[in-house]
Amino acid sequence: MTARAIRRRAKSAVMTGLVVGLALLAVLPLLLIFGDLIHKGATSIDWNFFVKSPVPAGETGGGVANAIVGTGIIVALACLAGIPIGVGSGLFLAEYGNGRLGWLVRFVADVMNGTPSIVVGIFAWTLLVRPVGHFSALAGGAALAILMIPMLARTTEEMVRLVPNSLREAALALGYPRWRTSLAVVARTAMGGIVTGALVAVARIAGETAPLLFTALGNLNFSTAVGHPMQTLSLQIYVYATGPFDEWHRLAWAAALVLMGLVLFVAIAARWVTRERYGVR
Amino acid sequence: MRPALVRHHTKNLGDRAYAGVLTGLALLLPLLMLAVAGQLTVSAWPALKRFGPAFLWTSTWDPVAEVYGAAPMIFGTVVSSLLGLLIAVPLALGAAIFLTEFAPRWLRQPAGFLVELLAAVPSVVYGLWGVFVLIPLLRTVAVPPLKALFGWTPFFSGVFYGNSMLAGGVILAIMIVPYIAAVSREVLLAVPASQREAAMGLGATRWEAVWTAVLPYGRSGIIGAIMLGFGRALGETMAVTLVIGNRHDLSASLLQPAYTMAAALANEFTEATTQMYLSALFAVGLVLFVVTVVINALARLLVWRVARGTAVGSKAL
Repeated sequence: MTARAIRRRAKSAVMTGLVVGLALLAVLPLLLIFGDLIHKGATSIDWNFFVKSPVPAGETGGGVANAIVGTGIIVALACLAGIPIGVGSGLFLAEYGNGRLGWLVRFVADVMNGTPSIVVGIFAWTLLVRPVGHFSALAGGAALAILMIPMLARTTEEMVRLVPNSLREAALALGYPRWRTSLAVVARTAMGGIVTGALVAVARIAGETAPLLFTALGNLNFSTAVGHPMQTLSLQIYVYATGPFDEWHRLAWAAALVLMGLVLFVAIAARWVTRERYGVR
Repeated sequence: MRPALVRHHTKNLGDRAYAGVLTGLALLLPLLMLAVAGQLTVSAWPALKRFGPAFLWTSTWDPVAEVYGAAPMIFGTVVSSLLGLLIAVPLALGAAIFLTEFAPRWLRQPAGFLVELLAAVPSVVYGLWGVFVLIPLLRTVAVPPLKALFGWTPFFSGVFYGNSMLAGGVILAIMIVPYIAAVSREVLLAVPASQREAAMGLGATRWEAVWTAVLPYGRSGIIGAIMLGFGRALGETMAVTLVIGNRHDLSASLLQPAYTMAAALANEFTEATTQMYLSALFAVGLVLFVVTVVINALARLLVWRVARGTAVGSKAL
């Protein structure tokens, strides 16, 4: 072997090692975060944490029942508006989206996906908080719905496009009108993928904080009234993390662990729904 | 792109209604974007009219005297994001190259899944970790050697109290690594195997194949992935708000507190007592919106050049 060949092989080996090292370094902080979450969160969770509302500052104990219920309600509100619009847009992109309008919608969806969520928050504030004069869970749900729509549009499109064209042709050949072909054959075949997309979107918005700061605002008491301020886990973590009390910091870690568990559970459920058909991707 | 339902006019009422409803729903997205731009502009108008373009380079932010300039926030946003990129890009590209080119086959699937999960960690959780773990770590482990080495430069001058530009940049880096890695990984997966095979067939080593064939082919997509990460860092709110110090200062030192546009909105929006104060905050929001839209639009066009039309990165939400 010539010296040059040896040098080239050595370089290849060194660079491979470097890439492996960088990859490990990339994962390290995330392992640290998970480690700390489990370590500091798990020691703070007890039954009361799930069933009680917060106690006044300075007292020990209390829980985040209000925040858990609030997260559920606000996410449900977001889904109510976001899923039909997002999935509908995605169906449009897959079925009629080859023209200029399709390009525009696809492009806007991708750009909106990168829009800071806090900007969406102030937009929701101008629409739903400023006119009525007070903060509400409804405004929070609307902000999260706006974040969901572009995500869902793109994942739905991708999933519907995976449906083989022969299925469409078979249904059309049997005399199905296009709309029934699209809904009863194409969308139904892609249902698993669409559900996955929706669950991934839910996992993402469930942890959002910034767009809720001036819409849902937060609420120290248990509340299920959607026309009024409501607490979520993410807002609770923010308040506790910025507060001066050790007891609050303990509760912040516990709430973070619960929120993380919730997000991971939904993300894994999303994978599980499509485990066979799209397992490769 | 595969022909979907062929688009031509049909007499079937159901078909027309269906197409109409879907088109209407899809039109909501561009309308929503116009509405966001419109609302921000209208609400920011009083401040824009009063301060003009000087709003961008004035460094006073005084709600009492009603003088507002966004320079410290714009500076802090750009510097913290660039610092984040500087740290994140090598790590993320290393991870993406490792996953697509070198990792054993059995590792690729779970590792890819892990990267996607990590991208779903809420921002506020990163912030919490930043406050209670990262900042103490920086104080004890990272800053003393940095000060010893570079303390004489203006970039590491002053006393380090914890909440700082450095902490903001590092937390941003940690947050955007999975994102850049996931998008780059999809770009690299879209590079045809024939590119690698051709290079190896000509006698290239593994690394030379990556460096001379795979990376150049995916270059515009990787640049797009980096820009997507940059756009994300610019608009990142909660984690940065918790660790950057939130002070309207212009300081070259990374060890000093700073501010970002998103953090200013998070902190001051509900406290804005006067119309002009609120309007100035809307102007900040408008600047942030316009900058992220431009960066994301460019990034998308670049990524699309490699992975045509696919929702690259959609799984990295």
